Formats: sequence, C-alpha cells, structure tokens
Amino acid sequence: MGYHYELRFGGVGGQGSLTAGTILAHAAVFHTNYYATQAPTYTSQVRGGAAKADVIISDKPIAFSETTHVDFFLATHQKAYDAYKGDVAEGSYVLVDPGLIKVADEDRKRWKIYEYPLVNVAKHEIGNVVTMNVIAVGVCVGLTHVLDAEAVRDAIKDDVPPAFLDLNMKAYNLGLEVGEKFRKEAEAKK
Amino acid sequence: MGRVEFLNANAAIAEAALIAGCGFYAGYPITPSSEIPERLSRIMPEKGVPFIMLEDEIASINACVGAAASGVKAMTASSGPGISLKQEAFGEACIMEVPIVVVNAMRGGPSTGLPTRPSQADIMQAKWGTHGDHPVIALAPCNAQEVVFETIRAFNLAEKFRQPVYLLIDGLLTHLHAKVYLPDPEEVEIIDRDQPTVEPEEYYPFDYNYEIPPLAKWWTEDGKSYRFHISSLNHDKTGFPTVVPKYVQWQEKRLQNKILNHIDEIEKFEYYKMDDADVCIVAYGSTAESARVAVDEAREEGLKVGMFRPITIWPLAEKQLKELGDRVKSIIVAELNLGQYLLEVERVIAGKIPIYSVLQAAGVPIRPNQILEKVKNPEKDVEICLSDEEVKSFGGGE
Amino acid sequence: MAVNYANYLRMEKMPLYWCPGCGDGIVLRAYIEAIDELGWDKNDCAMVSGIGCAARVTGYVDFHTLHTLHGRAIPTAVGVKMSHPDKHVFVFGGDGDIVHIGGNHFLHACRRNVDITVVLINNWIYGMTGGQHSCTTPSSAKASTAPRGSYEPTIDVCQTAIGAGASFVARGFAGDPIHLKKYIKEGLAHHGFSLIDVFSPCPVNFGRRNKLGDPVKLMEFMKNTLVSQAKAKRMSEEELEGKFVTGILHVDDKKPELTDSYKELVNKSQDSSDYWAKYVKGTLTDKDKYSITREELKGLYPYDVETPLKEWKKI
Repeated sequence: MGYHYELRFGGVGGQGSLTAGTILAHAAVFHTNYYATQAPTYTSQVRGGAAKADVIISDKPIAFSETTHVDFFLATHQKAYDAYKGDVAEGSYVLVDPGLIKVADEDRKRWKIYEYPLVNVAKHEIGNVVTMNVIAVGVCVGLTHVLDAEAVRDAIKDDVPPAFLDLNMKAYNLGLEVGEKFRKEAEAKK
Repeated sequence: MGRVEFLNANAAIAEAALIAGCGFYAGYPITPSSEIPERLSRIMPEKGVPFIMLEDEIASINACVGAAASGVKAMTASSGPGISLKQEAFGEACIMEVPIVVVNAMRGGPSTGLPTRPSQADIMQAKWGTHGDHPVIALAPCNAQEVVFETIRAFNLAEKFRQPVYLLIDGLLTHLHAKVYLPDPEEVEIIDRDQPTVEPEEYYPFDYNYEIPPLAKWWTEDGKSYRFHISSLNHDKTGFPTVVPKYVQWQEKRLQNKILNHIDEIEKFEYYKMDDADVCIVAYGSTAESARVAVDEAREEGLKVGMFRPITIWPLAEKQLKELGDRVKSIIVAELNLGQYLLEVERVIAGKIPIYSVLQAAGVPIRPNQILEKVKNPEKDVEICLSDEEVKSFGGGE
Repeated sequence: MAVNYANYLRMEKMPLYWCPGCGDGIVLRAYIEAIDELGWDKNDCAMVSGIGCAARVTGYVDFHTLHTLHGRAIPTAVGVKMSHPDKHVFVFGGDGDIVHIGGNHFLHACRRNVDITVVLINNWIYGMTGGQHSCTTPSSAKASTAPRGSYEPTIDVCQTAIGAGASFVARGFAGDPIHLKKYIKEGLAHHGFSLIDVFSPCPVNFGRRNKLGDPVKLMEFMKNTLVSQAKAKRMSEEELEGKFVTGILHVDDKKPELTDSYKELVNKSQDSSDYWAKYVKGTLTDKDKYSITREELKGLYPYDVETPLKEWKKI
C-alpha cells in the first residue's frame, strides 16, 4: 500500500471546517503530485449545525471516497466532536480546542489528544477569529507531516483573498510552529 | 491542453457543459444540484451565453425546449421533486425531438424525501416518468472525472439523436470534491445537430426519408430561412398535428427505433476484473465505486468476483446482461433503491442463474464491506452497517 | 396600401379552425396588419403558443413557430428570446393557457420585462375543451363546470400585469379592430414585455350557455363590460365595478429590458481573467492550463473504457 492519509475536519457550520479541508486537498492536488478527495457533510442548518469535511490524500486514484480509518481529526465544536469521532482510528491524532470541547477520559486513552486554544489565539494573537481554521491547518501539518509545509503554504496563497493573505500566513506559521513543537514533544517522550 | 481542477460533480458538470458547447441554461435551485447553476451563473456570462434562473422547474425545462428548438444546446438540472415537475416537458422534448440535457442529482424520496442524502431511486422514473411511449437515454457516471466526459457525451447523444438525455448523478458525487481534468473543447469530440441539405421549401422537420431528420436552426449565418412548425401534439412530417393512424404509428415507432437501431453506439459499460469471475456485481453510479473496492477485497481473499458497470442506464444493456447469464454463476445487483435496475436484470436473465441484491434506500451509500458480505453469504440479508456513534451523528428522530 | 395577408400566412392550412362567430380571426388579422405596418421580415419573427383555440395561431403564421405545452408558452418563448435577443418573439394564447395554468410564468415574465409581445385572447372560457370556467369567467356566468353559474371572482389581467411590472399593457376588443391593431402595433414596437389583453367572443362555448349564442349579441354583451380610458376617468368607483378599461393602460420606457441587462452582465463578466472569458477572447496562455500527462489522466479515469479524448486516442 502506498501513501494514504485520511483527515476529518469537524465543527459547526460557519467555523470554516470545510475550508480547512479544501486547503489541504488543494495542497495535495495542485502542489504535491497526489490525489485527493474532499467530501463535506452538513445539515440543512446553515449556521450552527454540525458539519465536517473528510479529506483523503493518496498517491493512487481514490475509488471509494468515504473515510473509514481517520488518521487526523480536528474538532472545533462539541456537537461535531461527539458526532464525528466514530470513524477515528485508534491511536490517531485528535486536535481540539479545550475551551470548546470536553474530552472524556476514555477518549484520551484511545487517541493522541492535543489541546490548543485555537479560538483565543486566533482572536488575540492573530487578531481575527476567522483564522482559527488556518491555525488548525498549520498545527495539523506540523504535527502529522501529512504534506510538505510549503505545498500547504502555496495552497493557502491560492485560496485566501489577497487582502487577508498576510493575516492567514501569520496564522499558518504560528500553527505550524505549534504543531512541530507537539511533534518534538511526542518524539522526546518516546 | 485542458485544465486540472479540484471539483465536485456539480461543478464538473457545469464546466463540461460549456466544453460541450452548451448555449443555454435555465434552472431553479434545489439541493443537491444547486452548485450547477451557481457555477454556471459565473462562467456562462464569461463565455457570453445565456444563463437564467426561472420561476419554477417547469419554466426552466420549457425555456430549454424553446432555446434548443431554435438552435442552441440547452441544459437544465434538478433533483427529486424538481425532476418530477419537469416530466411533462421532458416528454415534449421527446415528441418534438428537441435535444436537451437534463441533469438529475438523485436524492431520496418520494416527495421532499432526503434532500442532502444520496439515492439512486430515479432509475425507473428516468425511463417512465413522463407519459406515453417514448425512448430515453440516461447516463450514470461514477466519479467526477467520468462526469466530465459523460456530460459531453450527453450533449453529443442529444444532438445526434434529437433526443432529451438524462444525466443521473447522486448526492454522494455532488458533494465529493476530486481532482478533475477538464479538456479544452478542441480536445474532445463535439457533435452538433445535423443541418438540412435540402432547400427550405423542400424541408420537413420530421421528414419520413430520414431515421433522424435534421433539425434546422432557425437562424443561421448564411441567412437561409427554414421556417417550420413543431407541435407538441402527435404530428406528421410537417410538424403539424395529425390523428391519421398510419402517421401516428410511424411517428411513435420511429421515435423508438431511432434509439433501438443505434443501441451499440449509445451503450457504454465497464467490465472490472471479469475475465475469470464466477460472481458478477452489477452496480452503476457512485455505488459502483463501492463495488470496485469490494471486488478488490474479494480478490485479495481469493474469491473470483468481478463487476459489470453500465454507464448508459437507458437504453438497457440487454445484450451484455444476457451474456453475463452465460458467463458467471451468480449476479449481485447493488443499488441505492429498493430494486429498480434489479427488475431489468431479472427480466433479462430470466431465471438462468441466481440473482442476489444489496438494496439500500437509507440515505447512506452502500459500503464495500456490505457487498463483500453478500458475496460471501448471498442468501443472508445485508444490514445497513453503521456504528452506534455514526448513528448518533445523524441526530435525533425515530 | 393593401396588406398581402397571404405573405404572412400558411395558406395551405386554410380554412381557419375556429368556430363561426369566434373573435380569433379578427385578432389574427389585426396582428398581421400590425406586423405589416412595422415592416418586419417574417424570417426574424418567432411565435410560441401553448394549447387552446387561440394557441392554434402558431399553425397559421408563416414564422418560426412552436406549438408547446398547455400553459408553458411564455417560458418557452423566454428560452427563444434569451438565446436570440435580436429576433422578435411573440406569444399567442388564451386566458386559460396564459393566465390560469400559466399564471406564475406570466407574472414573472412581466417582472423580468423580457422583450416578448403577448397577445392574450380573452374569451372568458376554456373553449377548446368544451366550455369549462376559467379565471376570467365572469362571476355567476354559466360554464360546463359551473352549470349553476361560477362562484369564483375573476381576474383583471391588465391590472395584474401592471402590478407585476410589465412595461406595456393594453386592452383591446375583437369588436373594435381599428384600435386593436394600434395597440398590437405599439405593443410589438415596445422594447420590453408587452401584453395586449383582447376581449374576444366565444359564442359556442360561452355564449350558448349564457343565452348569448348569437355572436352579435355576445359582442354587444362584451362591449358593455368595456369602457374607454377617457370615459373611465369620468366614472366613479361604483360605476366602474365589474367594468374593464380599454386602451393603452400602461407604458414604462425606462424599465431595463431583460436581454439588455444580460448583455451588460456579459460585458462585465468578460472583463474577468477567468478561463472562459479568456477562452472567448482567445487570450488563454499555457500558464492558464495545468499540464497533465496521459498516465496521470489514466489515474483520474482509470477504467478499461477508451479515453474519450480524440487526440489521445491516436497515441
């Protein structure tokens, strides 16, 4: 089996979960020679309903596009965390904002839980709460090395409006740093 | 050289329609097909061709009939309830022999049903939805890339056979974004409707001398003026209503025969790992992708399983299905409905070999392991396989 | 100058299909005279109709003609007009066809102000199907589905059209062909959606059931429900109750026409640097296109069906 990675970005409508998934998929398709699919799931509740984007990245064409073995799960709302954690494989990375989500103890045993205050950092350090999804993308890439950090950077450049590019780059760099730090800590523990 | 984009099937249809030369779109919003007009509303003005959202589904398909009759390629798209509303005019396009493309993003039903969930329950509606005897062409691509090529083929078949064509996709494809290659128009074969070779005074829109009479464009650059009448009533060669039994029967038969006599040109299908297969899974559309994984997994376990995938749903791939009856020991039909294509398979096989089925109308895709389960235990009913947590993710409601 | 009617008609389809005493022939004649006076080339004209007696007009006029579904003539005509904005597009139809079953399309065509001329032959009844009552049947008048008289109120089509935003609205009468021709001609010449609501008698299916089977009597009866604009101005609201005003009731030359608005949108859109704008202008460069090898394409389309790309077939 070649390279195959499944990611899930869950939140509630309006938080930008789908965009986070799209950025990674674009990075895989346009800036890395990989295949990718992105399958969003949402309810008719446009704002506030649980929403997720499942992204599969692979070096081979993807036939069946449903995720069955999620390797990385980002949750930015309790509703989404509870609803979408089912497919997350044992031992996978789970990134949550502790201000938004309460993680049960048995979940901590099941997955590698990383907690980072995405909303607060986006609001106070970056200056705009909407960048929380890009911070999360950064943490994800730093932590998992799912794709080359530069490829993702290029995808962000393509996808965000030019006026917000600097802001988003700042958010991405910060997230990336945090992710790398998590990764080093985990390696050190080993 | 074309472009590579990351698109879902809806956006792919929109782009492919312009590649195929679509010159008119009229629509009405409905989940899960709305991204088709959303994208077209941006790109059609860029190409300088008309795009309009009308007051209802009925208006939008009728506007397509008007545009197409006057000489341009037209498309409309809808889903579930909207397709039901369009049925009358679909029949009109059949009898007037006006080429249009109708996209149906199939969703659960009947009625308002399951707007955001995939289904394949409109297979029989595609064939029998409108009243009266009439032929139908319906295509069901299985992934976003094939959607591009099948959209172009839908336009080509419509133009060639003067026939409305259904493009059937489902909620799974409409949501799924994937890497898609969009060819340049010069790169693919584009068919435009035949134009008359006779002088205007000798021209009949339904000339008995042709199997598929040319449909003259109303306004051509050379300024030749083919003025004619087309009635939605049964008509003779001039396009005027007739009740003369001989002419009515001719017309009805020619409508059928222009498709049936060219069935080999219209049929398209795929055999997957069928060379030595004992068991054949018959699946189409997005379900076929699930079946493909099931076949791979079965092969890994040493089971001789293959797949037959009709891409052209209507007219039926009767010859190929009949052949399957001689080739394999059993057939498993997998589809997202309670047995529609299955009926046709059973009719064609006529008891020769056992036919099993994985039928699901639950608003969730059939998963590979469900099909694999059926391969191993064909007599056992397959359950909808969802974990408790997944069930929770669908929210409340008994 | 005498009008050569035969030039505009499919003479081989004569005699007309309509009943003795029907007003449709008068309306058709007024309409042809109006077209003749405008000097339009019949090859530039297209007419769409639905189903009904009035809808049979498409069979007689030597234009590009479509005889479509019941109630759907207007959207079909919108399709023709949008794809050929420089041509003249007309709709002929009855009250049942255009206002009753097709009411929603009618309202929105008025609102959009698409440059189509609708001649509505308003005979207060479903004539072809045997005299069932429609939305224009006068209250308490008898019909085959209202043997004791209709219990529904009627619609004033012109007021509805004005309210919905039509930019030219007139009401004529088959008993007054001189004015009728004038209204039709101005409606045709108007750039925008025009409606000419024509009261026209149906002695067979409306008249006979209402003791008005004699065409002259029915004409008289219809005439008495009509008042000219000038006269209406001098009448009180009570006096106008149940009356319909004739004349050119509304003209708005400022409202943008739909295909013009779309043209503007096209011009704006073609300034963009997106693929299709560049494609039309012929300014696509290699940079706009992402190169892909045949192997990669196979990856996207991995099945044992022939790749549909014609030039790659050769490889």
